[in-house]
Amino acid sequence: MAARLSLEDGTGRMTDLSLSNQSIATKSAPPSEATAFRFPMQWVGVAPFFVFVLMFLIMPTLYLVLGAFQRGDGSFTLDNILQLVSDPSISNSYWVSIKISFWSAIIGAFAGLAIAIAIVRGGLPSWVRSATLTFSGVASNFAGLPLAFAFIATLGRVGIVTVLLRDIFNLNIYAMGFNFLTTWGLIVVYLFFQIPLMIVIIVPAIDGLKKEWNEAAATLGATQWQFWRMVVIPVLFPSFLGTVILLFANAFGAIATAYAFSGPQLNIVPIKLYSQINGDVLHNQQLGYAIAFGMIVITGLANVFYIWFRTRSERWLK
Amino acid sequence: MKSGKFWAWVVFAIGTAYFFIPLLATFEFSMRMRRGVHSFDAYQIVLGDPRFQATFMYSVIAAIFTIILGVLIVVPAAYWIRLRLPQIRPIVEFITLLPLVIPAIVIVFGYIRMYGSNSPLPFLSSDLGASALLVIGYATLALPYMYRAVDTGLRTIDVRTLTEAAQILGAGWTTIITRVILPNVLIAVLSGAFLTFAIVIGEFTMASLLNRPAFGPYLQNIGANRAYEPAALAIIAFAITWGCMSLIQILSRFAPKSANRPN
Repeated sequence: MAARLSLEDGTGRMTDLSLSNQSIATKSAPPSEATAFRFPMQWVGVAPFFVFVLMFLIMPTLYLVLGAFQRGDGSFTLDNILQLVSDPSISNSYWVSIKISFWSAIIGAFAGLAIAIAIVRGGLPSWVRSATLTFSGVASNFAGLPLAFAFIATLGRVGIVTVLLRDIFNLNIYAMGFNFLTTWGLIVVYLFFQIPLMIVIIVPAIDGLKKEWNEAAATLGATQWQFWRMVVIPVLFPSFLGTVILLFANAFGAIATAYAFSGPQLNIVPIKLYSQINGDVLHNQQLGYAIAFGMIVITGLANVFYIWFRTRSERWLK
Repeated sequence: MKSGKFWAWVVFAIGTAYFFIPLLATFEFSMRMRRGVHSFDAYQIVLGDPRFQATFMYSVIAAIFTIILGVLIVVPAAYWIRLRLPQIRPIVEFITLLPLVIPAIVIVFGYIRMYGSNSPLPFLSSDLGASALLVIGYATLALPYMYRAVDTGLRTIDVRTLTEAAQILGAGWTTIITRVILPNVLIAVLSGAFLTFAIVIGEFTMASLLNRPAFGPYLQNIGANRAYEPAALAIIAFAITWGCMSLIQILSRFAPKSANRPN
């Protein structure tokens, strides 16, 4: 890849044509004078990027992580972390958040997969596919407050669908226990961005299933069911599971939609942290750090799996 | 095959119902402000509200600065990594994925504690500083999308040959990036820019916690106090998101289709 090094150095200092590999060029020991001048040049292009992410992404996060293990006076403690588990209102908020994120990810993933398979392999006209993909791109980014407003207008106490169900079918969904502030209420709303996100990510993976595989399987005498069980599912599985985890993290950090439904009362982790930042409702500054740390740990673990499955699935989709 | 097609239509129909009923219902609801007839009163009130105009303009300007900041950080870095430092690409790709791992509320919480008024870098001691910090936060949120868009764009051009050719003609680094590389990846950069715009325009968490007069907190305020205006705002927000995504799709038709060289 890096065979032509003679002209690329802006300082014109590196003209040694015998170097055939860039990594050798940077790692071998050229004359010391050259190293002294060249080293800063090598990094100057990426310096703004690294300064930016250090100052505004990594250091603020580390600050919170360190704070989670400190008392107000700066001494080391595990009390804050332990309190996440021992305080029932905090541990309950984690539990509710995990439940909402988990189920909205699982249901969103299967529904998205079903729609993706229908539009890619179901023999529908091609406009269905392109329209669905365009709409999914929009809907996966349609989250936050406007999404909550849309659902309040639809399924709120005087929402269009609520009223229609009541007047025409004599069904009062609120009497039946429906409420946006319940776990399932929020899941129904979150699916509006979870399903499209699944479609956007999984359609390329389904496209990656080569037609030849189906023919090869058929030649070997496989039934359609065997083809699905032994070829399609194993190939799609890592990419599917990876997306489930991405959807989980996506729902776990979401706050604006839930906030619009209820204000600060709803007991999910991001809203708990929001109230803590705004008004120290837990009466312990350091506990806020611990809640943030817990969120990073959960989404971090999810994403470690995501990256792992992603690299596994990409091997198949080349 | 026949039954497969049938079930495909069934799945598609159920999906369409789930996604279109809320949108249609919201649209219908937004026109109910005047009793008994359909009208666009709610839209008129919203669009005529000076706070709507002020906060929307604030967010548009914040989005523009976010895009500029994102381009300034990402384009040189992605270019340099392709040209000189391919060995650090995995590290940079990992870093650009971090904003998907760390929730926005955690990032902004870190800002509030690190850059408060009695810190060494007191961003939050002035309005301008707080707005700058909001733009910085948005650039962080947009980093995964911006980096991927620009990196995909760079993949379709021969960075090395273009750079060498420009150098032979006597161009310096600034000229190379602004007049050779940037025009070649402009479509990719614009795609990233519109996606950034769609993400930033109604963002609530960061703007609210940094106490900025942005569109997101305004939406929240209207949502908590009004009946029909929020539905109108939801339709407007959906239209804005749709507009951004359509622009990205239109732009992608002009983008080069395949790489000129093996990667």
